[in-house]
Amino acid sequence: MKEKQSFEDDLKKLQKIVEELSSGKLTLGESLKKYEEGIKLAQGCSSLLEDAQRKVESLLKKEGKFALEKFKEEEE
Amino acid sequence: MLLKDKQIYTVSQVTKEIKVILESTFGMGVWVEGEVSDFKTYPSGHAYFSLKDSESLLTAVMFARANAQVKFKIENGLKVVCFGKINFYGPQGKTQLVVEKIEPKGIGARQLAFEQLKEKLLKEGVFDPAHKKALPLMPFNIGIVTSGAGAAIRDILGILKKGAPGVGVVIRPVRVQGEGAALEIAKGIEELNEFKEIDLIIVSRGGGSTEDLWAFNEEPCVRAVYNSGIPVVSAVGHQINTSLCDLAADIFVETPTAAAKIIVDKKNLLLTEISELRHEMGFSVLDKINFFKNEVTRLKASLKSPMDKLQEKEQLLDELYVALGSNIRQAISITGERLKSFIERLDALSPLKVLSRGYSLSMREPGGVIIREAFKLCPGELVKTILDRGAFISRVEGIIKENEDEGKTVV
Repeated sequence: MKEKQSFEDDLKKLQKIVEELSSGKLTLGESLKKYEEGIKLAQGCSSLLEDAQRKVESLLKKEGKFALEKFKEEEE
Repeated sequence: MLLKDKQIYTVSQVTKEIKVILESTFGMGVWVEGEVSDFKTYPSGHAYFSLKDSESLLTAVMFARANAQVKFKIENGLKVVCFGKINFYGPQGKTQLVVEKIEPKGIGARQLAFEQLKEKLLKEGVFDPAHKKALPLMPFNIGIVTSGAGAAIRDILGILKKGAPGVGVVIRPVRVQGEGAALEIAKGIEELNEFKEIDLIIVSRGGGSTEDLWAFNEEPCVRAVYNSGIPVVSAVGHQINTSLCDLAADIFVETPTAAAKIIVDKKNLLLTEISELRHEMGFSVLDKINFFKNEVTRLKASLKSPMDKLQEKEQLLDELYVALGSNIRQAISITGERLKSFIERLDALSPLKVLSRGYSLSMREPGGVIIREAFKLCPGELVKTILDRGAFISRVEGIIKENEDEGKTVV
């Protein structure tokens, strides 16, 4: 959940930076700073989407507590 | 028995009697089960058909008002349960069932239940589009409520693995058919909500018969979907038949595969969007840089270096120098001219010049004092006289006073 929130925030920030940059109202120094920040945000967002390190688990509830177990996938 | 001893009814009388007997026996109404045959609906809205079983047949009529309440299609061969009153229709001498309610039997009853529940939930607003939640921008953690061994989970995981391997999956395995399946599905949805770390729930089951998919039409399942705080995608079966679970879900798709594709599509769309934003940002910055580059070029062009200024001064100096030279020459020549005229004038004034015209200059000898007045001389004194050429010394013999005839007066 935390990750999702930060992803959405980062994407919003990125969109705002793009707007600010395209408005042309920034100084060159500010532009470069924003650009650098924007590139970092874009890279962060992209790598979050392209990350391939997730788990497939099954959720069980034992004695009122949740437990996650690795899900056995059928091999094709 | 003689004919006259017998009670003879008219047709109408006997018909009336039959009516009374029938209606007193079945006046409260009766449930009759049978198979529909010879079904006809008239433009009036009344329906006429027969109910039969292996041995008998009963004529039935369902008047327009009752017919309008029927929520399924009555077809020949359909097994139904009807409620109505037995009536004897005199004009045709027919005993008939006047149907007030008709329900299908067996699978048809389920269908009926489906329709009933659908109507009830519809009235409650369970399918209301206004209640539907938007799917998250990007579901990073999805919960799947389905059978742990079915085709549905295999299809979904296959698509995700290929298209969005970054998405975490939490499977809540449940029975998806049979008695109690609906409750299990409902519990699965509730527990995933309780578990909290989920962005999106997929409720799914692979293809099957209407009966196989029935759990997804049952109230506990439908309500759990409706009550879920996490958006729910319903992907039940492989058929066009929409389940009540589909209708209550925030979005429904026809297959488990399609549900997984929603997530893959979202991911790809976002990646494209991010790369577009990146490009846009790059263009903006390049624009800015080019703008400043042009500015610099422009300013550079209008900027004068001190060297330029120095050269300018040097040039000015050169010009002045030249001017000065010519001025001096001019001044010199003017002065020269003036000098010449002075010299000429001086020349004219020179006593030597006078001498050349025949005048002479006399002075005391010795002493050299110029003699201007004759009375200052005394006879016997020596006088030196300078001529145009040469000079001579003489002695004064006499003085001639002024006012006497020049040159004639002799002292």
